[in-house]
Amino acid sequence: MAALINVPTKARRGEIIEIRTLTSHIMETGFRHTADGALVPRDIITSFTCRYNGTEIFRADLFPAIAANPYLSFFTVAKESGKFEFEWIGDNGYSSSASASITVE
Amino acid sequence: MSFWRAIAAAALLATGPALLAGEILPDARRSGYSFMGPDTRAMQDDDTSNPGMLFVLDGEALWTKRTGSADKACADCHGDARGSMKGVAARYPAFDKALARPVTLDQRINLCRSNHQQAPALPYESRDLLALSAFVAHQSRGVAITAGDDPQLKPFVDQGRDLFMQREGQLNLACTNCHDDNFNKRLAGAPITQGQPTGYPLYRLEWQTLGSLERRLRSCMTGVRAQAYDFGAPELVALELYLMSRAHGLPMETPAVRP
Amino acid sequence: MPTTRRQFLTLAGSVTVAGTIPIVTLRPLEATPAMLNAAIRNVVGEAPVRTGKVKLDIPPLVENGNTVPMTVSVASPMTADDYVKSIHVFNEKNPQPNIGNFHLGPSSGRAQISTRIRLADTQKVVAIARLSDDTFWQVTTEIVVTLAACTEEIN
Repeated sequence: MAALINVPTKARRGEIIEIRTLTSHIMETGFRHTADGALVPRDIITSFTCRYNGTEIFRADLFPAIAANPYLSFFTVAKESGKFEFEWIGDNGYSSSASASITVE
Repeated sequence: MSFWRAIAAAALLATGPALLAGEILPDARRSGYSFMGPDTRAMQDDDTSNPGMLFVLDGEALWTKRTGSADKACADCHGDARGSMKGVAARYPAFDKALARPVTLDQRINLCRSNHQQAPALPYESRDLLALSAFVAHQSRGVAITAGDDPQLKPFVDQGRDLFMQREGQLNLACTNCHDDNFNKRLAGAPITQGQPTGYPLYRLEWQTLGSLERRLRSCMTGVRAQAYDFGAPELVALELYLMSRAHGLPMETPAVRP
Repeated sequence: MPTTRRQFLTLAGSVTVAGTIPIVTLRPLEATPAMLNAAIRNVVGEAPVRTGKVKLDIPPLVENGNTVPMTVSVASPMTADDYVKSIHVFNEKNPQPNIGNFHLGPSSGRAQISTRIRLADTQKVVAIARLSDDTFWQVTTEIVVTLAACTEEIN
């Protein structure tokens, strides 16, 4: 499944940068019914984590009120060059990940 | 006396102006984008926050993936889509000589699958078909729409226009009643647009997914309590063709975002 | 109980305007103010929640309740000894009161998050921030959600 990550490729040391992520997921609420009355079981992403060179810098617990194809934007201080790792975990054993590099000068 | 005058007037209307009463003049044509609020526009404008781009990315992966018993990828015939597919979606639906009728971009993709890849057709509104058509149409972003210019399409454009003008359903409404005569007004909380199909397949906030123009048309038909045509029905293709020709000159926006 | 004429007309009327009402309005469940309160207590415990410091940005005209852009920001220097630990967002009338919990730290630099949420109806949205001194601050906003005129059935 596709994910879109927006991290600046370059930043000055100490600069506050915005990170934006968008990932494919239906985020089925578990509150909807099909036309013949059957409950559509819940299927959502429950947790998102961002690590910066191995250290967790942002985490989110998501609920059915988050829209499909979850979008998250947050900030961090650019401290050193390296890698951001993103991980989405959800119902039915769902797991996906992505990463992005940054050069800090 | 007055009877003859009425006939004369009717004949004049039928042969005279290219635009029927109520139709939108070329320089008054407006994309649905111009009817949206700033937040929804921002969502479309930035590719990394436009959820339709997730489908374009999937389509890009499918473009180079071999499939079918011919074990061919789209790229094996068409090469780099950035060049070969630029402007293509702006010409669709296009006339197919073998079938002697217009085919939509979705139908063209499935014709390629059956004729060249020997692969089964992708179902309408399936993720893979939407992803491929979004990826192909995205290559035409910014290209002016010219669909319907091919003279062979004339009878089909006319058929589509007739359907657009024809009242239907329990609410007895034609497309033209809202989208030619009453755009810029509101229906419940939502603005009525001109119904210009500039950004399909597009991401509807309501659907929370990408969808085709045919899905949108079927949803309008259900809205006026008419029996919607099946996906791929000649009537839907004709309507799609007329709508694209009606949007002549507007730039493609795929993947657009709409409320 | 048999459907009365009035109930039937109400049902018929509600379907007429919209073609088909978005699925969200058909949900029988709805979080109650009591559920909202319980969800908030779950996060803050017995601590008092003061009003201020938190800003909730949602477009004044929500174009579709199924995908509503939302930004929460907190006035904080975001230094090692004065920062926002977490932001919690709740609603009043969705089937569940929770929307999301967002965990930050001093390295966040700016206490601001954005996401896209679902709002089943016109309702209150509450955002609460937990600061590094374990005080809680909140903002409450009433969001007007207009239903789309032409929507389709779930398929």
